Order: sequence, then C-alpha cells, then structure tokens
Amino acid sequence: MNAAASPVIEAQHVSIRLDGRMVLQDVSVAIQPGEIVTIVGPNGSGKSSFLKALIGAVALERGEIRRAPGLRIGYVPQKLAIDASLPLTVLRFLALPRNPGRARLQEALEAAEVADLGNRQMTDLSGGQLQRVLLARALLERPQLLLLDEATQGLDQPGSAAFYQRIADVREELGCAVVMVSHDLHVVMAASDRVLCMNGHICCQGAPEIVASAPEYRALFGTGTQGALALYRHQHSHSHDHVHENGHHGHDHPHDHDHHHHESKR
Amino acid sequence: MLDDFLVRAALAGLGVAIAAAPLGCFVIWRRMAYFGEATAHAAVLGVALALALSLPLVPMILLAALAMASCVTLLTGRGYAVDTVLGVTAHTALAAGLVAVSLLADVRLDLMSFLFGDILAVGRMDLLTIWGGVLMVLGLTFWRWSPLLMATLNPDLARASGIDPRREELGLTLALALVVAVAIKVVGVLLITALLVIPAAAARPLVRTPEAMAVVAGLIGACSALGGLWAAFILDAPTGPSIVCAAAVIFSITTVFGALTRR
Repeated sequence: MNAAASPVIEAQHVSIRLDGRMVLQDVSVAIQPGEIVTIVGPNGSGKSSFLKALIGAVALERGEIRRAPGLRIGYVPQKLAIDASLPLTVLRFLALPRNPGRARLQEALEAAEVADLGNRQMTDLSGGQLQRVLLARALLERPQLLLLDEATQGLDQPGSAAFYQRIADVREELGCAVVMVSHDLHVVMAASDRVLCMNGHICCQGAPEIVASAPEYRALFGTGTQGALALYRHQHSHSHDHVHENGHHGHDHPHDHDHHHHESKR
Repeated sequence: MLDDFLVRAALAGLGVAIAAAPLGCFVIWRRMAYFGEATAHAAVLGVALALALSLPLVPMILLAALAMASCVTLLTGRGYAVDTVLGVTAHTALAAGLVAVSLLADVRLDLMSFLFGDILAVGRMDLLTIWGGVLMVLGLTFWRWSPLLMATLNPDLARASGIDPRREELGLTLALALVVAVAIKVVGVLLITALLVIPAAAARPLVRTPEAMAVVAGLIGACSALGGLWAAFILDAPTGPSIVCAAAVIFSITTVFGALTRR
C-alpha cells in the first residue's frame, strides 16, 4: 500500500468485552482519507462500542487501533444529557476544554448552520439544534476523521436527511473521512461510499448496493430495507411500511418517503 | 486580631465556604450530593481512628474519607444501584464511627462538636490547617476546572478531547475529601454536604455560565458563613446549623427571584 492511500485509522483484529460479555470479535477495518463509511447493525451489535474504541474510550480485549500520526478526530456522541443545574451557553460549551478563539467558534457554528445559537443555553436547544451544535464542536478542530454515533436519533426524517446532507457537504469542504453508526438505513446507506454490516463481528461490507443485497445483510434486516434503498435511489413512489414491520428499528418516528424524495432532489 | 475568637471563627467559616462552593457546583451537576454525604460521614471513623491510635486528626479524617470514596467506587456497578450503595456505606460509616468513638472509654470527647462543628473553638493552628486545605482545594479546582467540566458533560466527548475522565474524577474525590477534613471543625460531619450543595444551588438561578456559578456560589457561601455566625452570636444558637440556615435563606430568595424573572 503506498503512502498516499495509508488509512487515517485502522482497527486490527479488535475484540471488545463489556461487563463480561464479548460485544465485538476480531474486527479489522481500515478507514481511508475522505471516505464515508456507515456501520449498520441491530441493537447490541457492538457498533457504538466500536466507535468508542476508535476514540479510545473503551479498552480493547484484543487487537489494536492504529491512528495516523497527529490524527485530529471529531466525535459526535449519541446523546448529550446536560443536567438542568449546569448553566452553559453554546459558545462556552464549544470553548471547552480549550478556547480556540471567538472567530473559530463562530466559523464552526456557521459550518454546522447554527450561526445564531451562540448565546443560547445548551438546555434550551431542541434535539435538532443540539445535534448541530455537537457537529459544530466536532468540526472545531478541523478533523481528518469525523465519527458520528447515531447522530440523528430523535430527529424526524426530513431533519435527519438534512443533517446527513450537511455531513456530505462537510466531507467535501474538509476532505475528512467520516465513520457513522446509524439506524436510518436507507438515508445513510445511499450517502455512503462503504457500508459495514456489524453483528458482533463484520457480517459483510462493500458498496451500499452490494451490502443491501448480501444474504448476511438480508438475514439481519430482511429484504424490506433493500426495497427502501431502491426507492430512495430511483425515487419511485409507493408504500413501504415493512421496514417497520420487520422489527429491527428502535425508532417510532414516521418514515416519510415523499418528503424524503424532496430532500434528495435538492 | 487573631486573638479574637470571633475573628478566627469568621476566617475559618469564610475559608471553608469559599473552597466548598466551586466543588459544590460539581456535586450538583454530577448529582453526587449523596456521595459527598458518604465521604463526610466517613470522617467520624477517621476521628475514632485518630483517637484510638493517638494520631493527628486531619490526616486520619482525610484517609477515612478517601477510603470511603474508593469503597463506594468499587461497590458501584456490582449489582446494587448507586444510591443503595451510598445509603448503606454512608450510614454504616456514621454508625460504626459513633460506636468506635464511644468504645474509647478513656477519651473524654465532645461528640457533638464533631457532628455539628465547633467554629468558636478554632485556634491559630486550626486556622492554619483550614486555610492550608482551602488553598489546596481552590488550587486543585482552578487547575482542573476545564477538563473536569468536560468530563462532567460527557465522558466520551472528554476522551475525544484527550481527557481521561477517571483521572479528573479522582481529582474531584480528593478535593471533596480535603474539604470534609477541614470543614469538620466548622460545620461538623452532618452538615458538610449542606455547605457544598446549598450555596451552589442558590447561585444557579442567577447565572448563565459554569464559572459564574462557582464565583456566585463562593460569594453566597461567604455571606452565609458570616451571616450565620452573626445570627448565632445574637441568638446564642449553635454556629454550624446557623450557617446552614443562613445559606438556606439565601437559597429561598434566589429561587423565588429565579421563578419570577424566568417568564
């Protein structure tokens, strides 16, 4: 492998044990500069643990994580529960633990399209605004690797589609690699260069279309999702409720496919 | 000036209140009021230990408080909820400490002064110890402020910023144990948590940033210490409880103020 294509981060034979249970076994993944990789998998499949291992928040049972020297990582957590007793403006939050200066803070807020929220209290933000602020925080250090852990949880379908569009734009602007964990299969997969299907190990991986038709993927998610993917890509308009019916979704927000088309055309 | 017992009492109260306030902010942000309580109760065990072995008081209290903190950390996540673990350990430490002290029959000891403090009996050496501890706590809090705040917000985000949340929590525990060790003379074991929590809670409605909350809590703590001391002198009431009552009065005022101005 030549130097130009050396990965920003690489997991080699990584196994993770949490509370005595093996949640991930022998996972090897190399993330190349600038690519968008999506990790899909059922609840408890080790997706979030893997992401936390990449930032160094989870100890490895076996294997190793290799980072490119001086790698700058931006991380967007699944959720951020701030106690109401903690007064915190958005700007102060972004300036923790090191203040990069007002100009940089404002620039990051603009990159996340929440330029006017700087003086608001963190606890007053809506779910969508909070996700944007977390994104701004992750962009602050101009990351070479952006990690998102179910970043659109709690957003409605147009909201998450807009959020992922923003991620794709950010990748264009910064040239950073993006690794995200998601439940919103059909939205995310279409925006990804590569999909990893994870369930305690890597079941299958490849381009979204290939993974969606792989037998391992279908065994986990049924064929309905592939239909939804096709729907998204080809913009057909017909009912597709069986994504819900096969029971692998933890969400209960409506999947508004019509609106969805609308977003994808922009 | 230091010859006056009231001046010494005021200085002791001020010091402890100012050191406790910023720590108290973390105690309420992290919802660990009960953890503070357990650490404080362990101080009675430290007193018993010091008396039994004829060792200096403050280091023994510090040791007992730290032992309690590690005990709680070890037990948590082993099948019991945190509040159960704290409920068991806090009250066990208090009860065992009281039994141990009473068994030391040859020691004439005013137990009440450890439970509720005896600020008017603060001597020059006590004052030196208290302010030494206060400066250490303030230094530790100031030095670790940003990383500790980050670890409080979200441990994973802290990791991503290169902060080890467990190390920061250890620092916080150490600072709490120090405050307990120096506050025992001022408000006593039973009311130390009040001095941590009430000024910080009273500051909350008045502020918009964490730093402002720590500073305002310090001011409120200082006012409570002086106001409580003055009230205790006028009313001939016990000083520790009077200080806590003064803090509670300020809390009621700022809470009402906060409720009225929020709309």
